[in-house]
Amino acid sequence: MDLDALTHTSGEWLRGSGPDSDIVISSRIRLARNLAEFPFPPRTDDAVRAEIETLLRTHVQAIESAGELTYFNVNSLLPIDRQLLVERQLISREHAETHGSRSVSIGPRETISLMINEEDHLRIQVLRSGLALDDCWNDISRIDDDLDQRVSFAFSEEFGYLTACPTNVGTGMRVSVMLHLPALVLTKEIQKVFQALHKINLAVRGLYGEGSQAMGDFYQISNQQTLGKTEQQIIQTVKEVVPNIIAYERRVRRALVKENRQRLHDQVARAFGILQNAQTITSEETMHLLSSVRMGINLGLVAGIEMPTVNELFIHTQPAHLQKLRHETLESSERNVARAAYLRQRLSKNEPQN
Amino acid sequence: MKKCRRCTKPATLHITEIRNGEAQALHLCEGCAKDYLKTVSVGSPNEEAPAFEAGGNPDAAGSEAEPDERDTLTCPKCGITFKQFRSQGRLGCPHDYVAFREELLPLIESIHSEVQHVGKVPQRVPGISRRQYDLLKLRADLKSAVQNEKYEEAARLRDQIQQLEAEAPHQSEAL
Repeated sequence: MDLDALTHTSGEWLRGSGPDSDIVISSRIRLARNLAEFPFPPRTDDAVRAEIETLLRTHVQAIESAGELTYFNVNSLLPIDRQLLVERQLISREHAETHGSRSVSIGPRETISLMINEEDHLRIQVLRSGLALDDCWNDISRIDDDLDQRVSFAFSEEFGYLTACPTNVGTGMRVSVMLHLPALVLTKEIQKVFQALHKINLAVRGLYGEGSQAMGDFYQISNQQTLGKTEQQIIQTVKEVVPNIIAYERRVRRALVKENRQRLHDQVARAFGILQNAQTITSEETMHLLSSVRMGINLGLVAGIEMPTVNELFIHTQPAHLQKLRHETLESSERNVARAAYLRQRLSKNEPQN
Repeated sequence: MKKCRRCTKPATLHITEIRNGEAQALHLCEGCAKDYLKTVSVGSPNEEAPAFEAGGNPDAAGSEAEPDERDTLTCPKCGITFKQFRSQGRLGCPHDYVAFREELLPLIESIHSEVQHVGKVPQRVPGISRRQYDLLKLRADLKSAVQNEKYEEAARLRDQIQQLEAEAPHQSEAL
């Protein structure tokens, strides 16, 4: 696996199949772990940071439960390649932007990623398509067990796994499910969802996590509390709420079709038309229009385009992917032209699709 | 007036503790003093000790003019002060959870609504502690079973808890 090859593919989580895949994009679990005998990464100097990286990398590469891993030295990657990994959800923005010795090891089909020297010494992530939290947990817990046999993780009988930020202490676990909720956004019903989730201590974030906007009507629902509950309880809380949100989104979609099918059809068709014909287009507008088209496919209002293609376009039209596909560095305005050209090519009625 | 070492209320009780041959002055409010004395009488000396020691030497604790004396607390392992943590939001090393335990507790409780881990445990944690975790886990399950009105499951969990407690009465008391 090399980064240039990655550009032309998409991860397992974008496969767009499985139950409820019209609304549930992906499931993700991450565990934060730290070595007992070292300061947390924000408090380490370059030499110690390098020592931690070498030590953990050796163990990460020796375990079998993660499958064959591809290693990337994030510190020596070009900014555009770091950005590419962020766009693919394989590393966090923080991991791309901090300094010093740090890495990521990525498993087959991009379902597993192990970040060394992010905010914590080790961040393990399992990312899967559709609603698959139990599968994520089985995978990640096995990886954690294997590493636990090799290194001594910082752990207190009172506070559990110790993390650089007290918001992650305890299980060190963040469980999240990414949902596509265009109808709830369109009708502003989404506010009610936020309020209900807030009451049961679940957080709502955008496509790229903390602080990111809800681009393309994508929302990540995740737990905030990591201490005082078992991993299964945390997973259960998220698992129980997701079907309700799915049902809500479906209900609102049906109501939209029933009330004014023509208007909705018009909106979706115009979105598709712009994507097929625009000569220059921003990332935001692309996300917004792709979201409409995605819903249109589900409601049978758009023909001639497959769901996996749309899913892929959400990622491939982002800045780093676009520049990698074009093999050149582009300014923002140049990117808008390149993006429009790429969309025209992928969505053309005459040319065969990639 | 001295502030309580565990919360921000005025200290009304002044305790001199002899620990490992060294005298330590503790200044506590009434509520915290009660809690403190309770833990001492149960006989778990180690649990409380590190946090108080981490307050620095008795001289430093005497600097009453400090607006917030928690800020000068320093972790002996990584050297971070509590003030630095408060401004950066990130701890320096795992030992901070011991050094700043009293200061972190209210924060942890406000984030998680809980202060005791009940999840997964590393394999190296010894058998006795593992049994304590089994109990904690079962109790957490029992709590959520009752909340969700799953009474049959709750009854089964209660029986399991009682059985475990019967096997290790002393361990369960300590919790």
